[in-house]
Amino acid sequence: MKILVCISKTPDTTAKIAFADNNTKFAADGVQWIINPYDEWYALVRAIELKEADAATVIHLVTVGLADCDPIIRKALALGGDEAIRINADSHDSYYIASQIANVAKEGNYELVFTGKETIDYNGSSIGGMVAELLDLPYVSLATKFTLTGTSAEIIREIEGGEETDTVQLSVVVSCQKGMAEQRIPNMKGIMGARSKPLKVVEPSAVDAFTAIASFDLPPAKAGVKLVSPDNPEELVRLLHEEAKVI
Amino acid sequence: MSVLIFLDQADGHIKKSAFEAACYGAAIAKQTGTIAEAIVLGSINDDLAAIGQYGITKVHTVKNDALNHVDAQVFTKIIADAATATGATVIIFSNNFNGKAIAPRLSVRLKAGLVSGAVALPDTSNGFIVKKNVFSGKAFANVAINTAIKIISLNPNSFSVVTTIGTAEVAAFAANVDAAKVTVTNTNKVVGEVPLSEAEIVISGGRGLKGPENWSLVTDLAKLLGAATACSRPVADIGWRPHHEHVGQTGLAIAPNLYFAIGISGAIQHLAGVNRSKTIVVINKDPEAPFFKAADYGIVGDAFEVMPKIIEAVKKMKGLI
Ligand SMILES: Cc1cc2nc3c(=O)[nH]c(=O)nc-3n(C[C@H](O)[C@H](O)[C@H](O)COP(=O)(O)OP(=O)(O)OC[C@H]3O[C@@H](n4cnc5c(N)ncnc54)[C@H](O)[C@@H]3O)c2cc1C
Repeated sequence: MKILVCISKTPDTTAKIAFADNNTKFAADGVQWIINPYDEWYALVRAIELKEADAATVIHLVTVGLADCDPIIRKALALGGDEAIRINADSHDSYYIASQIANVAKEGNYELVFTGKETIDYNGSSIGGMVAELLDLPYVSLATKFTLTGTSAEIIREIEGGEETDTVQLSVVVSCQKGMAEQRIPNMKGIMGARSKPLKVVEPSAVDAFTAIASFDLPPAKAGVKLVSPDNPEELVRLLHEEAKVI
Repeated sequence: MSVLIFLDQADGHIKKSAFEAACYGAAIAKQTGTIAEAIVLGSINDDLAAIGQYGITKVHTVKNDALNHVDAQVFTKIIADAATATGATVIIFSNNFNGKAIAPRLSVRLKAGLVSGAVALPDTSNGFIVKKNVFSGKAFANVAINTAIKIISLNPNSFSVVTTIGTAEVAAFAANVDAAKVTVTNTNKVVGEVPLSEAEIVISGGRGLKGPENWSLVTDLAKLLGAATACSRPVADIGWRPHHEHVGQTGLAIAPNLYFAIGISGAIQHLAGVNRSKTIVVINKDPEAPFFKAADYGIVGDAFEVMPKIIEAVKKMKGLI
């Protein structure tokens, strides 16, 4: 079994969100970078669990980004990927990124392609679906559980107001979220081993992006909290009813 | 040239988020001097002509029980064919679970740029620029779509539903319905509860509530207000509440009219999922809790003393006692 796990680099969840160059660029100075939590905790760890259950399984990691992604990929390798491919390009357009990943996926003949449900920076939730369409494969989004039975998979995914159980013949693209696996911390052996694992850098193929970010804005600051005395909680209900008009 | 809106349904009824998408699409049609049409797949019990009141001229239907479950691949093909047949240049989805499954595929199939998570009407004065949420609600990006066909998926609760008088023409669309490669073997829906992603009011509890046995402080108020319930991540992690209630950076991101947080500290990762809520109320015994900085109303007090009084006051307001 060959699994491809898509890995994205995102700012740490506590990073200060600010913009530079006339609000056209994310201000990356001093920002701590992490593996996108959905990619790491759910997609990658579930892939590692599948490998632990079947030693013949191979996990490849793919990321689209410049050399500053390498520490993140090394960490993913330390957690348990076998080999990584970095496509040397800087883009925030989902179609551009998905096209590069689909090229890698086509070449590698993977039975499984895992992505996180979205990245915590651009919140596109698009890469999995786009890769699936580019490969003409079925796509199961927002999966919370993944079980392999021979050449098919049983997947539980979240739907509005509940969940759905799906079965699908491999190959398939799956976007992963909470429930799929539990977060792991790389151990010393993994970190040492990751240094000698292959990290292949390939140049991107020519693809025209569909979209471009023109600028960023920050939301207006809140006016400040109106505090109500704990001795008079009825006043809060009145304010919500008469002033905010939300109940 | 027209705007095509995908109307998402569940159990034969059009979803609330789909009406928002319809109004949003109709507003874009008006802005760009064209008409808004809609497509709905599967068996529907609602009166589809009534969709006209949301500004929709024509509703294309594909009545087929196989389409009562959303299969991203099958749906994409039908919607792509409908878009081509109707000459749609703008296609609208709700950025809900189904929108997230279908819109990216459609983007590739039609070579149409997608902006997911839009929060406002596009600026068409110079190009086609759509404002969307980024950094989990901490910022917005204005994204230019540079393709001839444009796809937008609208964040739920970002655009108001306004109705006028109008009747839509309802017409069957002759679609080729492929056999789905994904077989749905079971669905499990929480009945009688308001889905969190669509809820206008959300009552949420954190670790400050001490244990699942105290959750009636959350659920009683939710029931009175017809609200959905949510929780912080540790609460779902320890199993006090089901995982689907977890909101925040690594859970669901929501934007209700009222988010009512009880015993939640307001960590940055929690705020990331709820800071788009229109009104935020915080009940916390610690005056230094970071959540107060993001709140509109608050009480510094013990939830176990304050909440029963609030529940009583709501009952009085509703004329129940
Ligand atoms: C990468 C990452 C991602 C994360 N993602 C999320 C996420 O998606 N969602 C999320 O929620 N968290 C997330 N977290 C965790 C987050 O940092 C906080 O730890 C978490 O939100 C805290 O939950 P809490 O407020 O319920 O608990 P606590 O931090 O323990 O706060 C409990 C609060 O209750 C108050 N309290 C106690 N007793 C009472 C009482 N009797 N009456 C009133 N108030 C009382 C306390 O003053 C305190 O403020 C994430 C963390 C990381 C590192």
